[in-house]
Amino acid sequence: MTHPYIPNAEPGVRAEMLAAIGAASVEDLYADIPEGLRLRRPLDLPEPMASEHELVAHMRSLLARNTDTTETLAFLGHGCYPHHVPAVCDEVNGRSEFLTAYAGEPYEDHGRFQAIFEYVSMMAELLEMDVVNVPTYDGHQAAGTAIRMAARYTGRSRVLVSGAVSAEKMSKLRDFLSHDIELVVAPVGPDGEIGEVEIDETYAAIYLETPNVYGVVETRGRELADLAHGAGALLVVSADPISLGVLAPPASYGADIACGDIQSLGMHQNYGGGQAGYIATRDEERLVAEFPSRLFGIAPTSVPGEYGFGDVFYDRTSFALREEGKEWVGTAAALWGITAGVYLALMGPEGMRELGETVLARTRYAMDRLAEAGATVLHPGSVHFREFAIEVPSADALLAALREHGILGGVRLDDRTLLVCVTERHSKDDIDRLAAAVREGLA
Amino acid sequence: MSGHAGEPFAELPVAPKPPLRRFHQARWDEPIIFEQSRPGRRGVAVPAAGVPAVELPASVRRAEPPKLPEMSQLHVLRHYVRLSQENLGVDQAIAVGQGTCTMKYSPKVNDRFVTDPRIAELHPLQPEDTVQGVLEIYWRLERMLAEISGMYRVSLQPASGSAAIYANVAMIRAYHASRGDAEQRDQVITTMFSHPSNAACAKVAGYEVITLLPDENGYPDIEALRAAAGPRTAALMITNPEDTGIFNPRIEEFVRIVHEAGGLACYDQANANGLLGITRAADAGFDLCHFNLHKTFSTPHACGGPAAGASCVSEALAPFLPSPTVEFDGESYRLDDDRPQSVGKMRPFLGVTPNVVRAYAWIMALGAEGLREVAETAVLNNNYLMRKVLDIPGTGTHWDRNRLEQVRYSWQGLFEETGVHSEEIGVRAADFGVHYWTSHHPFLVPEPFTLEPTESYSKEDLDEYAAILAHVADEARRDPDLVRGAPYNQTIHKIDPATLDDPKQWSPTWRAYTRKHLA
Repeated sequence: MTHPYIPNAEPGVRAEMLAAIGAASVEDLYADIPEGLRLRRPLDLPEPMASEHELVAHMRSLLARNTDTTETLAFLGHGCYPHHVPAVCDEVNGRSEFLTAYAGEPYEDHGRFQAIFEYVSMMAELLEMDVVNVPTYDGHQAAGTAIRMAARYTGRSRVLVSGAVSAEKMSKLRDFLSHDIELVVAPVGPDGEIGEVEIDETYAAIYLETPNVYGVVETRGRELADLAHGAGALLVVSADPISLGVLAPPASYGADIACGDIQSLGMHQNYGGGQAGYIATRDEERLVAEFPSRLFGIAPTSVPGEYGFGDVFYDRTSFALREEGKEWVGTAAALWGITAGVYLALMGPEGMRELGETVLARTRYAMDRLAEAGATVLHPGSVHFREFAIEVPSADALLAALREHGILGGVRLDDRTLLVCVTERHSKDDIDRLAAAVREGLA
Repeated sequence: MSGHAGEPFAELPVAPKPPLRRFHQARWDEPIIFEQSRPGRRGVAVPAAGVPAVELPASVRRAEPPKLPEMSQLHVLRHYVRLSQENLGVDQAIAVGQGTCTMKYSPKVNDRFVTDPRIAELHPLQPEDTVQGVLEIYWRLERMLAEISGMYRVSLQPASGSAAIYANVAMIRAYHASRGDAEQRDQVITTMFSHPSNAACAKVAGYEVITLLPDENGYPDIEALRAAAGPRTAALMITNPEDTGIFNPRIEEFVRIVHEAGGLACYDQANANGLLGITRAADAGFDLCHFNLHKTFSTPHACGGPAAGASCVSEALAPFLPSPTVEFDGESYRLDDDRPQSVGKMRPFLGVTPNVVRAYAWIMALGAEGLREVAETAVLNNNYLMRKVLDIPGTGTHWDRNRLEQVRYSWQGLFEETGVHSEEIGVRAADFGVHYWTSHHPFLVPEPFTLEPTESYSKEDLDEYAAILAHVADEARRDPDLVRGAPYNQTIHKIDPATLDDPKQWSPTWRAYTRKHLA
């Protein structure tokens, strides 16, 4: 059988093509590979599935060994969030014209340019910033690049990083930055916000996250912006865009660069595969020059009333300049950007506000209920969005007790601390059920 | 309607199709989404809180609602469906024109697996016993890629090919640091026809980059390598075949020279599609390599990601792999985060899971024999297409060498004759429903274009693509301004790009556009 994915494996056409080339066999075409490098045995791989039906059966048997978060009651966040994904988001990113296209050229892939331009434009409104990149890989990469942009912009190589950042993100930042940028980690205050900090004129930036790893919303953004600017440094703020229907965008309190992950905006959790990163700045040439990512802009066409698109300031990228470009650019997460645009267009300003209010209210409700149930809720006086930490005698014991009730109660931060995530998908009843199980588990 | 009023204006049988497709891309003349907004409309409803509201302090409260579009659901959907129609995917078009990027068919059945809630709705921090199926897929794909590359272990964490290149550079740095050599070994050697990310990632990781140019035969210059390799060499990062499609037969010697200098050899296998089951990175002595799952292993390009990369390493480099790794004790799968020499996290969580699942399913549909058939057919297709393309007057290949799975061609001959540039040929070719790309910069091959006809395309597809190029080249000779005036059959007409590089005028968002141009 000719394999369904390989039309020219059919022997007749193969012979015809070899004749046209003037080669006796395909083997002749490999003449440049020295014999010593040739693998003269079949690869040792599992037997393939002989039909599509058998492949489906095989994959089903593997998927059956997963239990997903629609089958249990899960309060897991910590960088990947269970928000509702509108059906239209899935419909659009499943369109094969988008799903199977390359990164594109401005004419035959006009649709992709416009869809991504609209994504960055909607993010710009949410962020109140004029420049937003075509998505990078994820929020970790966005943070690393945003810090590098600040270092290049200021010509300095020391950064004050909030300590209220996940260990995983800190690991990424250390790998990506430490060889030439010194990371000074700021203390976390008793309220869960960034503690008292000082910087001097050797610092390129202060890096702040809000809501931070504990779900705490940072309230001293303006003060930190003033501190940074007073020393000639930038304020870089990582903010989850889903919070910005209710929370002030970083630019409004003086941030110079905003960044973060857009997984919340219409991407399924995908076992961590739904992440994508954004970076935003004001429209200042020197800052724009520091983006490694592609930026798409409107350009006129020869026909009035027609929008064309193209790359803004291309000659700063590694595509144009190899190692002399800014970091690197390549295939990253464009389709998640298009999807986030669909999400923002569906939600509109009112939807984003309502969603934010629901998440804020249910987070506070869950904090109150778990405190009543006997958990020590950390940073209870601070503003929380979507997540909060609780302290218990044993995180493992409580998680095990909750699983008896079919509940995945949170992400374990350490022996005694759990991080609980509440979104609009968690109803009041779900939260009450969690609280009852926590009460029992702590008794 | 059944009336047939008037005189007949056509007759049966319908005439045969003309040689070239009378393509026209969808043209919806679609406004920008903000222009379709009407206050008060909504696309999706959100659950009300149902519990007491929280009053935010003024310091964190948003002062003004974001100026997002306000649209009903059908109109959001319709807008994006129209935009999708104004885009060309592999599912519609003969996508052989994006050389180096291995555009192939992404089987539809594999998309079903990743939209299943048992992948889509998995949280990455669930307990291991609730995700045994997905961990098994990671583990099995790792073992398969280890066999395909000959390497010892594989990390599927990198988010893309470039991210895998960066992960490999990070491991190279950690390896030398573990031997006290990191300060001294501060140079990475690459080649001009290796992907720009090899140079760019090494630079970001703090290395000085040395780029080898091709010699008169089109191979990377081995004498230049000998001159560059030494006590400062951290690694050689090289593609083979390079983006020219030329396989470097002395690759083992390149590896040996670098090893003798104490450096590591890292193989960019973005161009592996012609090599599956034919030759392996480990057999040429490489210490590291990477694959792009969205190229060789069929996961869709998705307009530029999400993609996925695989970093493959020898046993000596394994301690430095990103964390966590997936381990199997014969009964169950678990994540190992306790790896003191690891470079740490390259991205959040374990990897781009949907693409890991798709790549696994793709290999399981092919097996060893199928992968070899993929490689051989990719090479056959390329050599067949090369024959057809080189028959078009005005084309050339710059070096008269064998090619494997792709070719970097040149229109220099046609340019000298007509003044028409390669990029202009590409825009006109798109009028016939195909995609075409020149090459990465710098244009060492003048007036370049790079074709990579993977195993997915039929002989008839290749004939059609070559016929389009021949037709456009002919047009360039007869009427160069016709070609320069393209496109004609696209969603939009010719773009004037001048404002894109002018800070006063550029408009990277609608917000910037309205401020600068509509105020």
